[in-house]
Amino acid sequence: MKKSYESVFILTPVLSETQMKDTADKLKKVLTDSGAELINEENWGLKKLAYPIQHKTTGFYYLVEFNSEPDSVNAFEIACRRDEKVMRFLTISLDKHALEYNDKRRKGEFNKKKEEVAS
Amino acid sequence: MTLINEPVNRADHKKKYCRFKKNGIKYIDYKDANFLLKFVNEQGKILPRRITGTSLKFQKKVGQAVKRARHLALLPYVTDSLK
Repeated sequence: MKKSYESVFILTPVLSETQMKDTADKLKKVLTDSGAELINEENWGLKKLAYPIQHKTTGFYYLVEFNSEPDSVNAFEIACRRDEKVMRFLTISLDKHALEYNDKRRKGEFNKKKEEVAS
Repeated sequence: MTLINEPVNRADHKKKYCRFKKNGIKYIDYKDANFLLKFVNEQGKILPRRITGTSLKFQKKVGQAVKRARHLALLPYVTDSLK
């Protein structure tokens, strides 16, 4: 039974642009190989970290949203752990509220909360 | 000398409400750091319910979202000058 997951991982800023893309693609390939279906990918680019990780103060954020069998997430996480370019990663499962939120986020950039802030 | 039993003027003490139930928000996004800043004091610690007035159900979701944001270095664990 396919469940929906969302994973954010941070790559070390030391890499060049191409290396970052390759690492991200390599991780996505691990996902698609194990039968995951990618819904959405976001590349937040270089962002300042709130606290230094491995003595680095910036990191390259990458978000992947996918549907997959529960056991294929494990392969993805092992790949993240093994790859030393990935400083940190977090994979969570999405419930219906989260899914609806993500759709709204993708379509209308401002959802209710942000509209209130903006207006 | 302030009066001991000074009457508490009820006017400015507005009733606290849970902003999630009021606005009908169902999911608190851990990626949205500047939204989570509203639930964290300037040292980066999570504000208690008696201050923010959120219901238990959503306070747990806020806590979980803040902890995930901290894991991803979107929010600091502890700092002295947030906001």
